[in-house]
Amino acid sequence: MSALLAVSGVSKAFGGLQALSDISLQVNAGEIFGLIGPNGAGKTTLFNALTGLYTIDRGEVRLNGTRLDGCKPHQVLKAGLARTFQNIRLFAEMTALENVLVGRHARTHSGVLGAVLRLPATRREEADSRARAMALLERVGIAGHARRLARNLPYGDQRRLEIARALASEPALLALDEPAAGMNPAERAALRDLLLQLQHEGLTLLLIEHDVKLVMGLCDRLAVLDYGIKIAEGTPEVVSRDPSVIAAYLGDEAL
Amino acid sequence: MDIFLQQLINGLVLGSVYALVALGYTMVYGIIELINFAHGEVTMMGALVALSVIGALALGMPGLPGVLILAAGLALAIPVCVALGLLIERVAYRPLRNAPRLAPLITAIGVSIVLQNLAMLIWGKQYISFPPVLPQGRYEILGAHITDVQIAILVLTVLIMLGLILMVQRTRLGRAMRATAQSRQVASLMGVDVNRVIASTFAIGSALAAVAGVMVSAYYGLAHYYMGFMLGLKAFSAAVLGGIGNLGGAMLGGLLLGLIESFGAGYIGDLTGGFLGSHYQDVFAFFVLIAVLVFRPSGLLGARGIERA
Repeated sequence: MSALLAVSGVSKAFGGLQALSDISLQVNAGEIFGLIGPNGAGKTTLFNALTGLYTIDRGEVRLNGTRLDGCKPHQVLKAGLARTFQNIRLFAEMTALENVLVGRHARTHSGVLGAVLRLPATRREEADSRARAMALLERVGIAGHARRLARNLPYGDQRRLEIARALASEPALLALDEPAAGMNPAERAALRDLLLQLQHEGLTLLLIEHDVKLVMGLCDRLAVLDYGIKIAEGTPEVVSRDPSVIAAYLGDEAL
Repeated sequence: MDIFLQQLINGLVLGSVYALVALGYTMVYGIIELINFAHGEVTMMGALVALSVIGALALGMPGLPGVLILAAGLALAIPVCVALGLLIERVAYRPLRNAPRLAPLITAIGVSIVLQNLAMLIWGKQYISFPPVLPQGRYEILGAHITDVQIAILVLTVLIMLGLILMVQRTRLGRAMRATAQSRQVASLMGVDVNRVIASTFAIGSALAAVAGVMVSAYYGLAHYYMGFMLGLKAFSAAVLGGIGNLGGAMLGGLLLGLIESFGAGYIGDLTGGFLGSHYQDVFAFFVLIAVLVFRPSGLLGARGIERA
């Protein structure tokens, strides 16, 4: 297997706080890679560093060989890395469909002129985008809410909409920041099925999740962060037996 | 002559111009929460550039139809204003995007002083009159008069507003603008080149300003290097009246302000027993601005609603 995402020696400090220290990891094409650790361990910081929100102090990030560090967020997305958010960050005043359409921005090109002149190419692209966006909403099971404002959707559906919006950009790697947070067991099961199905279709997933059962059952490999340091990496079996992981994070629960 | 109907027509025409300029203020505010105080000066530049072209063509090619001459004026004024808007954004605002909010406000005022003085150097201090190239038709309806120019202003404004609403609601750029207005950060993470979208917003606002500048100079028959100041302030008041950041609000606020001014000017003499005359017209815009800020600071339709158009 080849590395789709290669993170090497990434460090990031905020003032005196070393949020990420020399983090290196590889996510292989086609796998589900988990990122776990206690609150404040630096998981979301790593996501922000990968997606161009933070400029990293040291290190290098490559997706399919292309340097991502130093890129702006929209360039990272265009390179094939899309994400969702721990605290849902939809465009609240736009409909579910429009949210997904914004996700297609990087894969479309029409300008205003084309829209004004109603050029065939523009109309085709718009129709194609709408069809794909509807298909994605159907995919995550919220097609019935297409015309509702995002802020009026139930919580679980908002989480699903975030996934659909991220998928709209046709990513090679989808980074999910606690997608199951606040979901009930039935919703978690549906999410799990969706993620496995996406993997089956060739998508690579990077997953931050606190639900240990979900992570252990879903991930092919995972890395554990603590205080901005990677303390373990490997298959769920290996990681769950690692003494330092048990001490820092899993506690007695996993034993 | 029916005074009420006449003031209604005058007010709607004036209000259309205010609305077009107000749209520029409100679009920029909606997307980056900046009051672009140089916007009135962009309108002034549009008027003066168009007048220069129109004047030259009227002299040089007297046989040309007036509408064509006007179109030529617009055809130069729009790109000049768009370029000016883009330049202002790039030089005066973008470097201060993350600075305290007072900083870009000060550069905005600086830019507007620079533009006024630039215009004074190019066109001089005197009033420039609009060459008599336009159709001078004048029609009577129910005792009031309406001219070709007024009809053209009303029709063009309605078309532009409809186009703008469609653009914001239905197109890729419109969606990106609304997304950027709601969260610059998330929009960029979803693949929107935020700098480009912001620049596009300035470009569109400046194009509207060019059209409004030509309209107002055609309507009053005059243009002047200082005209952007008062026009800008009034359009800003209109945007605040409707709810700054809200596209529909700018349209409504512009029309209402035009009507308030027009009716105010028409009736103020009667109401004060002749003590105050119609030249107090300008008072109304600022009276409205103060009243809105005191009683309904978020405006009639509420603030920050480019996403609601």
